[in-house]
Amino acid sequence: MIPATFDYQVADSAAHALSLLAEHGEDAKLLAGGHSLLPMMKVRLAQPAVLVDIARVGELSGIRSEGDELVIGATTRHADVAGSDLVRAEVPLLAYAAAQVGDPQIRHRGTIGGSLAHADPAADLPMTLLALGGSVEITGPAGVRTVAADDFFAGPFETALSPDELLSAVRVPRGGDVPWGYQKFVRRANDWAIVGVAAYDGRVALANMGGTPLRALAVEEALRSGASAAEAAAHAADGTSPGYDFHADTEYRKHLARVLTKRALQGETG
Amino acid sequence: MEIKLTVNGTARSDEVEPRLLLVHYLREVCGLRAANVGCDTTSCGACTVLLDGESVKSCTVLAVQANGRSVTTAEGLVAEDGTMSAVQQAFRENHGLQCGFCTPGMVMAATSLLAENPDPTEQQVREGLEGNFCRCTGYHNIIRSVLAAAGKLSGAEGAGGTGASSEVNA
Amino acid sequence: MSILGTRVLRTEDPGFLTTGAVYTEDVQDERLAGACYVHFVRSTVAHASILSIDTSAAQDADGVVAVYTGKDLAEAGIAPVKPMMPNMNQMMVQSLLATDMVRFVGEPVAAVVTEEMYQGEDAIELVDVDYGILPAVATMRQALSGERGLLFPDAETNVVVRYGDESESNRDLFEGCEVVVSEVIQNQRVAPAPMESRSGAAVWGEDGRLTAWIPNQGAQGTKGALVGILGLKPEDVRIITPDVGGAFGAKFGADSEHAVICWIAKQLGRPVRWSETRNENLLVMPHGRAQEQKITIGGMRDGTVLAYRLEVLQDCGAYPKAGAFLPMLTRLMTPGPYEIPRAEAFTTSVVTNTTPVGAYRGAGRPEAAAAIDRAMDLFADASGVDPAEVRRKNLLPKFTEPHKTAFGAVYDSGDYVTALEKALAAAGYDELRAEQARRRAAGDTLQLGIGLSSYVEITGPGGEAGGPNENSTVEVHPDGTATILTGTSPHGQGHQTVWAMLASEELGIPIDKITVKWGDTDLVPRGGGTGGSRSLQLGGAAVQQASRELLDVARERAAATLEASPSDLVFDTEASAFTVKGDPDISVPLSSLAEAERLFVHTVFTSPGPTFPFGSHVAVVDVDTETGKVFLRRVVTVDDAGTVMNPLLAEGQRHGGIAQGAAQAFLEEVVYDDDGNPLTATLADYPFLSATEVPSFDLVDMETPTSYNPLGAKGIGEAGSIGSTPAVQNAVIDAVSHLGVRHIDMPTSPQRVWRAIQAANGSKEA
Repeated sequence: MIPATFDYQVADSAAHALSLLAEHGEDAKLLAGGHSLLPMMKVRLAQPAVLVDIARVGELSGIRSEGDELVIGATTRHADVAGSDLVRAEVPLLAYAAAQVGDPQIRHRGTIGGSLAHADPAADLPMTLLALGGSVEITGPAGVRTVAADDFFAGPFETALSPDELLSAVRVPRGGDVPWGYQKFVRRANDWAIVGVAAYDGRVALANMGGTPLRALAVEEALRSGASAAEAAAHAADGTSPGYDFHADTEYRKHLARVLTKRALQGETG
Repeated sequence: MEIKLTVNGTARSDEVEPRLLLVHYLREVCGLRAANVGCDTTSCGACTVLLDGESVKSCTVLAVQANGRSVTTAEGLVAEDGTMSAVQQAFRENHGLQCGFCTPGMVMAATSLLAENPDPTEQQVREGLEGNFCRCTGYHNIIRSVLAAAGKLSGAEGAGGTGASSEVNA
Repeated sequence: MSILGTRVLRTEDPGFLTTGAVYTEDVQDERLAGACYVHFVRSTVAHASILSIDTSAAQDADGVVAVYTGKDLAEAGIAPVKPMMPNMNQMMVQSLLATDMVRFVGEPVAAVVTEEMYQGEDAIELVDVDYGILPAVATMRQALSGERGLLFPDAETNVVVRYGDESESNRDLFEGCEVVVSEVIQNQRVAPAPMESRSGAAVWGEDGRLTAWIPNQGAQGTKGALVGILGLKPEDVRIITPDVGGAFGAKFGADSEHAVICWIAKQLGRPVRWSETRNENLLVMPHGRAQEQKITIGGMRDGTVLAYRLEVLQDCGAYPKAGAFLPMLTRLMTPGPYEIPRAEAFTTSVVTNTTPVGAYRGAGRPEAAAAIDRAMDLFADASGVDPAEVRRKNLLPKFTEPHKTAFGAVYDSGDYVTALEKALAAAGYDELRAEQARRRAAGDTLQLGIGLSSYVEITGPGGEAGGPNENSTVEVHPDGTATILTGTSPHGQGHQTVWAMLASEELGIPIDKITVKWGDTDLVPRGGGTGGSRSLQLGGAAVQQASRELLDVARERAAATLEASPSDLVFDTEASAFTVKGDPDISVPLSSLAEAERLFVHTVFTSPGPTFPFGSHVAVVDVDTETGKVFLRRVVTVDDAGTVMNPLLAEGQRHGGIAQGAAQAFLEEVVYDDDGNPLTATLADYPFLSATEVPSFDLVDMETPTSYNPLGAKGIGEAGSIGSTPAVQNAVIDAVSHLGVRHIDMPTSPQRVWRAIQAANGSKEA
């Protein structure tokens, strides 16, 4: 219930945060909203020696338009993504997904960068970024690099981020009229998805069907070949390796993936 | 580390260890014990307070993260003359509490909910309180209390009408 | 104008809403100044011998005052605790801190004391316990078969106790039945999970007395338990009950941890505090239900039930507690509100390497109701008769004189058919069936299910000689205020308000001038606490009786004062004064009669027996047949608990019970893996009901008074949770019965529902 002791540093800029990461190496973790990290620290699954607080680094937050993309600062909170007129108009799928994370209190603290960096395969935003075909901007000692969503998630709670880098922004394509759908199957409203599906412009991403959010490539292929939503959705579980727990075994998860993909492709949210 | 923040309108300056949770800072250092600890997984919301006016689960905020910010607890919703806030009053009038353990957190969550959405539907209230657990009330009167505070219930139904009737409703 | 039966707002609430109630963790008392903190090291395995415990690293850690193990307690002469009832296997004892064996994940093994609260969680990580892992008896069936061994070798069995003699079973029970149906069903383990976890604070005074603050459901019982466990003298122990954040049956008596912290306080000569985490709470606070039931029901094709057999396997968890004996209550309530010519029940309670099972809202009676109402629906399905009609046909007809069942329960008053009809009418049963038919014909993905229950339950039981009873003291003070002492122990029920209403009704003193006290054993040495829905019918009746007896005493004093005969005096309740008949100017206020001599009465109210509230629930669900997900849309209930004193509070009790009962039906479950490892030990994993899963409820009023107390009141606290569980379960099954499904175990999780649909073969034959 109480984290192990740690040192706390407040970064006043991205560069300052990077220098602190360089100084402390693997002993340090970045803290924005803390709603992925602190719960793990409270049950002592994570015990970083140093927390580097980047919540007040102005350059890391904010939402702006840049050409055919929206650029969202990493420390932008879920509530602000969900409530942003710009995001709702230009990337409604992302606004909807951000509104599904946890509960209102969690959305007042948790950030888009934190959630993506945490890379929980059952979470809302990793799956959504994958469906959007977005990318993350990573700032490190060598400068800024952009990594596509397809290449960002490496494994459960594992990303392309190195310990000396910070996820500084998220880029998503603008497309207010692009058809999209979202399905999050839960027992209770603020649970993580047992299975989740995000569909956007012929791309389909699944949550909790493997160690990372997954593209349902067979579904996308079928759609390109002219299949209907129902026909394409029959392939949703192809290539997936879902785990199991007492809520859902692998067979049931695969079935859910098919049903929810069909619904997402039909533009339904739920 | 030294932190300076405003708690219920009063400026404070305290020396705290980095791992001190905001909920324990409020309870043990400030002596404000309305917020309760009900779980260890950021699930139950009994610890909900307002941080710069927005609901947060204070068990998952470090006191040091509140440095320079303003925190409001249930105690702080009460006016100088002792009058409860509209939300607190509505909970009282609609029997929105039984054992009271979830109540301060529920009241803070409801206060934040209504600040963001002054005219919610029943479904929006239920979803807005998805992060606050109650074991006693079955949520029924909590929802009524929040809708009452939002002015949704008419005066006639107001204090305590729950849809119960001794007539049979077809 | 009577205050009884009106919607009086609670006097507790302003404090609860603003500064918050004062729970044990909140208590600030000078006697606790300088308290140190206790944290427990707990078993991480379900069944093991303890090979060694190395506390050296912990003892050297920052802020550690002391570390204690079971060895220290044994050396101090603290004996292991025996099962609470003599007919339970007495070899199944529990050490306060495990000594040679651990038998469930979470069992306390050592206690670490630190100066500051935060240091405790650091220090417990440093205690090194070496376990010799043993096979875990993870299920009741494994306990019975012995295939995983015995929890208590000296007991030579895993069976704790049986009720009913199976050798006397009637093999011809179902003779003559045209239809017989049998099913093995689960009444699954759930966690009470009150919002306030367990905690405690203890200090020994210079006078050699222990004062302990412990959240509980009856301070007198908690004191008795501690006295017994620690071998203390009753006069040396004072229990104080702060505000309690919910209990639901799980905070009776005293747990190992409470005893250990009291003992530690003595060893250290310092005040001691303890609070558990929610994880500990879900691991260690006694669980509820955990029965496997075989139900067999038989009767005629016209829907008449002739026979019913209930066989119960009760999981006690690792150490026999209240859960072991609850099947006795299940058995007592076997037939429920139904008239069943031939019925029998047999129960067996076994230990397993899981959390001990205790009393949880309804405690044995919801299990009986769930079984008989599932059986009624199975019978309806097999005989082709509508479930409402089957109930109508078989419910006991209305009775106003006590009715004794074959199982020995004496139902005081009942009108079960009216309750059913009111619930059906309020729900619009015929319209619901029509809508269901429409959706079935259309092959909608979202199907409608309607579930019924008719229940009766036992409240206010007491094994005391002379009948169930409760005591109260009422005192009127010269300043016009009054104080009530009660042996009940509220934890959300609102006794502070309702007991004041009852006294106010008699004495004419406004409720804001009446103080109600409970839970301090120095102030209220006797009491039965709050549980089994006993408080209003016994404790409330005692308050009323004490108030009336006080007026008798006061009348004598008034007569002396006014130099009149007592029979010439009238008590004017509105004025709270005695006046002379026919001469209202001659009067004396009640409070003034307390000036020369204290004016108080202590009384004991005794009831002829327990009372039997009853009702009917109608649950309406939507089931997504593609995913199996259940949406609870409506619950319409009749819960008749006799005369209602405060409808606002009675409704609140019903709402809470309905929600908890529904939660068991479709959402909540405690799950263990095959090694006895708990999988639902956080509120993120345990599917605790939140506001989005339930609707607002439709309550229909009905009051059939009891003659057993002057209030006419029965107990309402548990009734809602008894009716809603079978109604919701039946509704889910009903939603997919046209696809051939006849049973789905609780909780009707989406996976279970979906699998049931897959397993059934297409559309049911008519």
